[in-house]
Amino acid sequence: MASSVTPTPLLKDELDIVIPTIRNLDFLEMWRPFFQQYHLIIVQDGDPSKVIKVPEGFNYELYNRNDINRILGPKASCISFKDSACRCFGYMVSKKKYIFTIDDDCFVAKDPSGNDINALEQHIKNLLSPSTPFFFNTLYDPYREGADFVRGYPFSLREGVPTAVSHGLWLNIPDYDAPTQLVKPRERNTRFVDAVLTIPKGTLFPMCGMNLAFDRELIGPAMYFGLMGDGQPIGRYDDMWAGWCMKVICDHLGLGVKTGLPYIWHSKASNPFVNLKKEYKGIYWQEELIPFFQAATLPKECTTVQSCYKELSKQVKAKLGKVDDYFNKLADAMLTWIEAWDELNPSAKLPNGK
Amino acid sequence: MSQVTIDRNEIDIVIAAFRSDLTSFLEEWRPIISRFHLIIVQDPDLKEGLKIPNGFDVDVYTKSDIDKLVSASHASMFSGYACRYFGYLVSKRKYIVSIDDDCSPAKDNNGDVVDIVTQHITNLKTPATPLFFNTLYDPYRKGSDFVRGYPFSLRSGVPCVLSCGLWLNLADFDAPTQSLKPELRNSRYVDAVLTVPKNSLMPMSGINIAFDRETVGPAILPALKLAKEGKVRWETMEDVWCGLVVKVVCDHLQLGVKTGIPYVWRNERGSAIDSLKKEWQGVKLMEELIPFFQTLKLSQDAVTAEDCVMEMAVAIKKGMGSKHPELANAAGNMVEWVKIWKEVGSRVLI
Repeated sequence: MASSVTPTPLLKDELDIVIPTIRNLDFLEMWRPFFQQYHLIIVQDGDPSKVIKVPEGFNYELYNRNDINRILGPKASCISFKDSACRCFGYMVSKKKYIFTIDDDCFVAKDPSGNDINALEQHIKNLLSPSTPFFFNTLYDPYREGADFVRGYPFSLREGVPTAVSHGLWLNIPDYDAPTQLVKPRERNTRFVDAVLTIPKGTLFPMCGMNLAFDRELIGPAMYFGLMGDGQPIGRYDDMWAGWCMKVICDHLGLGVKTGLPYIWHSKASNPFVNLKKEYKGIYWQEELIPFFQAATLPKECTTVQSCYKELSKQVKAKLGKVDDYFNKLADAMLTWIEAWDELNPSAKLPNGK
Repeated sequence: MSQVTIDRNEIDIVIAAFRSDLTSFLEEWRPIISRFHLIIVQDPDLKEGLKIPNGFDVDVYTKSDIDKLVSASHASMFSGYACRYFGYLVSKRKYIVSIDDDCSPAKDNNGDVVDIVTQHITNLKTPATPLFFNTLYDPYRKGSDFVRGYPFSLRSGVPCVLSCGLWLNLADFDAPTQSLKPELRNSRYVDAVLTVPKNSLMPMSGINIAFDRETVGPAILPALKLAKEGKVRWETMEDVWCGLVVKVVCDHLQLGVKTGIPYVWRNERGSAIDSLKKEWQGVKLMEELIPFFQTLKLSQDAVTAEDCVMEMAVAIKKGMGSKHPELANAAGNMVEWVKIWKEVGSRVLI
């Protein structure tokens, strides 16, 4: 049990912040006190000739479409264009152990006491403490200060498992789909839920990429955000796809996924009509996708994230190819992604952190 | 999302009394529970008569009532903390709200007193969502909804039959934990209720619960008795056992279990260190129980809570009874409970 007075390590040399953008990054000004010490990887989507202005004092590398094409060559086909899914390119080129990714319309939120929330620090806390996917703790994350395992929680399960992903939430504009946005355009998330909890093994969830952190060494290759945007029949399902693949793999490898704190302030509501066009197919397809992922099993010979992911792509092709040809392309892109990942991260073919 | 009606005719509040003078306890809870029917079951070991203030619509049950209704050989099923199940048995209403008699009303983050009845009943009367996790917790709460990526076919949810509340101040930690951290008190009010996902087991705490008696009553049962069971929560596992049983039943019958708000304030009672001196029987048992319950599968023929409990009893006796006599007894108690439940003819009146 961690002492509550241990300060959270900064991990400034072990963590990259990945930000996809098509506009200037003025939002970073508000995050300066929390982000300035970290290295940023900016993935510029859209027109590569546009110049992205980054506030002074930030240490960053920026990749536009030309860079992506140059670095990956033909494999660049797996990286989406005109969709924030392109952010996963940042995960691939990073050389750090941890990634924090945030959207450029996400700002610093305040907790109920009125204090600014250091989202990055909370993500680090989440990742550095174990998860508990095998039995539900009714007092949520038992490793948080002021909490613990409740009566009845088996002692043999109290060590937990390594945490691979930390999924944060959003105050103000909630992450609703287009139909919900149309029905409730004014709804704002004002409820600050002071909890972090592990998503149990065998349970899927909708992973939102707006405020997300993960251990790249444990799960990086599974964080492919799919084929979205330009030339694709679907959008706004990039993070969902990654989340479902990731969770199946984490469950298989005995890794944990946490959700809850930290909150960020989500300021921009995207256009629900535009969203509806992008999501439309996804809303139907997910009815097939969810049973697919819920039933997906991986053979025990798959002991690395890459082998799990490649196996999953085979199953996608075999079972989802008949839903739409898109899934055949997506399955191929999943393999391309792994090839590209392994090329850019040659020594990273390590077994998962068991 | 429509407003939930709190109909006093549908609700029984069941309290097990471990002390005779319930005046201060009931006075504290009066604003919240006085309009409901109370069932108070006196711990059979408590010799003095109960002192109950006026103004409550209450029925009290004592050892002699228990002895009259169930045969002498089974009266021991209702000893100690398990006496509250007698209250569930004789209730004629659809919903039960049950709390320990060492709890007081809590205050939420706005300083308002938590109305546990309204919150529990709201939890029970809105669907649960065990098949897919909603990251904004209960989507039926005001100001919340299903998030992007939540399949539409799963948005009608399933009936919620069990609502597990939480505790501020003295949380429901086990004796080793509380002994190791004697100052640890839960001061974090987490403003959420969420569904416990399907196939995920959890440790149910009987300190603050509510359930749909009509649907799942037969599975909310007194079965596991530890050899040195005592009168503090650190010395019992009856509720934890019950929670494992009822979760397997719910998962099989596509019913839901919620956890989170409402909170009660749990007062100081007992000594964790003293409880620690007693045998760690319950703690040791959990190590084997969890893998066993996780792999328990019920047949297609089990379509009611009673069916499920009967099948589970057989499986438990077969799988664990020979190694652990207390589990063989628990299995026997489960069968007996279903029998008694049917005999008492527990039907919902309203």
